[in-house]
Amino acid sequence: MLFLLLFVFLLAIVAGFELITKVPPTLHTPLMSGSNAISGITLLAAIACAQAGYGPAAKIMGFIAIVLATINVVGGFVVTDRMMQMFKKKK
Amino acid sequence: MDLIDLLFLIAAVLFVAGLKGMARVSTARRGNLLSALGMLLAIVATVVHPGFAPGGAPIGLDWTWLLGGIALGAILGVLLALMVKMTAMPEMVALLNGFGGAASLLVALSAFYGDYLPNAADAPAALSGTHLSILGGHVWMIAVVASILVGAVTLTGSVVAMLKLAEKISGTPVLLPGRHLILGGTFLAVMALSIVAGWFWSGQDAAMLLIVAAILSGILGILAVIPIGGADMPVVVSLLNSYSGIAASTAGFVMNNPLLITAGALVGASGIILSQIMCKAMNRSLMNVLVGGFGGAAPAAGGGKSEYVGVKSTSPEEAAMILADASSVIFVPGYGMAVAQAQHVVKELSKTLEKRGAQVRYAIHPVAGRMPGHMNVLLAEADVPYDQLVEMDLINGDFKNTDVVVVIGANDVVNPAAIEDPQSPIAGMPILNAHEARTVLVVKRSLSPGYAGIKNPLFERDNALMCFGDGKAFLEEVLKELKAG
Repeated sequence: MLFLLLFVFLLAIVAGFELITKVPPTLHTPLMSGSNAISGITLLAAIACAQAGYGPAAKIMGFIAIVLATINVVGGFVVTDRMMQMFKKKK
Repeated sequence: MDLIDLLFLIAAVLFVAGLKGMARVSTARRGNLLSALGMLLAIVATVVHPGFAPGGAPIGLDWTWLLGGIALGAILGVLLALMVKMTAMPEMVALLNGFGGAASLLVALSAFYGDYLPNAADAPAALSGTHLSILGGHVWMIAVVASILVGAVTLTGSVVAMLKLAEKISGTPVLLPGRHLILGGTFLAVMALSIVAGWFWSGQDAAMLLIVAAILSGILGILAVIPIGGADMPVVVSLLNSYSGIAASTAGFVMNNPLLITAGALVGASGIILSQIMCKAMNRSLMNVLVGGFGGAAPAAGGGKSEYVGVKSTSPEEAAMILADASSVIFVPGYGMAVAQAQHVVKELSKTLEKRGAQVRYAIHPVAGRMPGHMNVLLAEADVPYDQLVEMDLINGDFKNTDVVVVIGANDVVNPAAIEDPQSPIAGMPILNAHEARTVLVVKRSLSPGYAGIKNPLFERDNALMCFGDGKAFLEEVLKELKAG
């Protein structure tokens, strides 16, 4: 199982390198905020923590993690879309 | 394969497709929406999937808290995203980054408290497997420690970077004596505490040690960023973006969630590449940036050379006359243009010049603005067509055939010292060859140095005319003259 997860990890890094190298400088700012939003994926782990029937201390930490990760996800995607809209309307 | 595995797979594919869409302006918005859709799918799957908590632990479905937390975060996220000014994008990314890092840190602590503590009578060596992970105690513990370390460094490092960018704290590098020793020592202390907590102690004592390790990791993040000058913050933000991805990945190992590992690794790779691109644009190595001390300390090295001689200045009337005669004009915008909110008047000016038959373009240096591509966003906001924005390598050969170059709020990116003075701190940095144009109008408040803190010999050139004043006010005058004449 560990091997499999490490395998996935490495493969994703290679894919990331390939994908990002192709992005033109014009789009680097939205790319950064967009990929930043994706790193908010840790929200899934936060949800699992809050759901897992842990004790109060663990649950409170899980809740705070949910709020922070959601801000990261939603804020990141919305602000990226706001930027992309500005690029779009000139065409 | 469970349904949730399938949904996670679809989400991962959407992330990859989304990032791929980011490669072109025409598909970038859809790309972002695809990523968002992937995220939504993953969240819904995680929330509704029954029996998600592995190990058969009873699911404490606190719907109110769960959905309440998501709703609260979503509202705050939307408000932040809609209210932030485009000039403050780097701060925004840094802040969101910090939140992501904090979440990964909390996930690791929460999993340790909730999953490991109640179940482990002994150190993890005695555990064949924990509830949340089937990786085995040792490996699981490594993942927990890594999440805590990277998550905490991302949190505090991002906050310091944000404060430096917003100029809430000074951008001058803070160079503590023996800072490399302090940094290394703190890192070793974190490692030592983690090893004791994970392998030798158990119960509440181990938890206390981990909390101390988390706090020290936070201090480590601060120590790592304060010696780095304000000018280098974009590289730091990009690198921290990478860290937040890595933190998500390690949290994925903690929670045995392959989607976290995949998405986190994608972001981790993207952040590192962007950091490298930025460093290359400044002709510096990533190591050189991270060691810090650049910017702010430089003027001392420059000695008494910061005096300017033979600088010529001009009035809006004269500038308008020069522009009226030009058949080719290139604007070189910098962050100062955005601060002065001059991008709209620049756009008006360029439209007027185009109407008079001049060719108008914008030269974009890779590190113009406060993060790569920042200038493009700021000009897009002002409705400048993006096909008028030309990258450095494509436009550099054209400067010598250009009548007038208008430099607005940019300084270091047009500093010829980078090519002519091997002693200059920025020697070797690729610049826009604005000095080759027939006339260079430099719109600037004063002769004060730019972000890198060094003198710009361009201002002393025969073909350079300084336009002192507030960028917006000055250009409005020029525009008025031009329209009247």
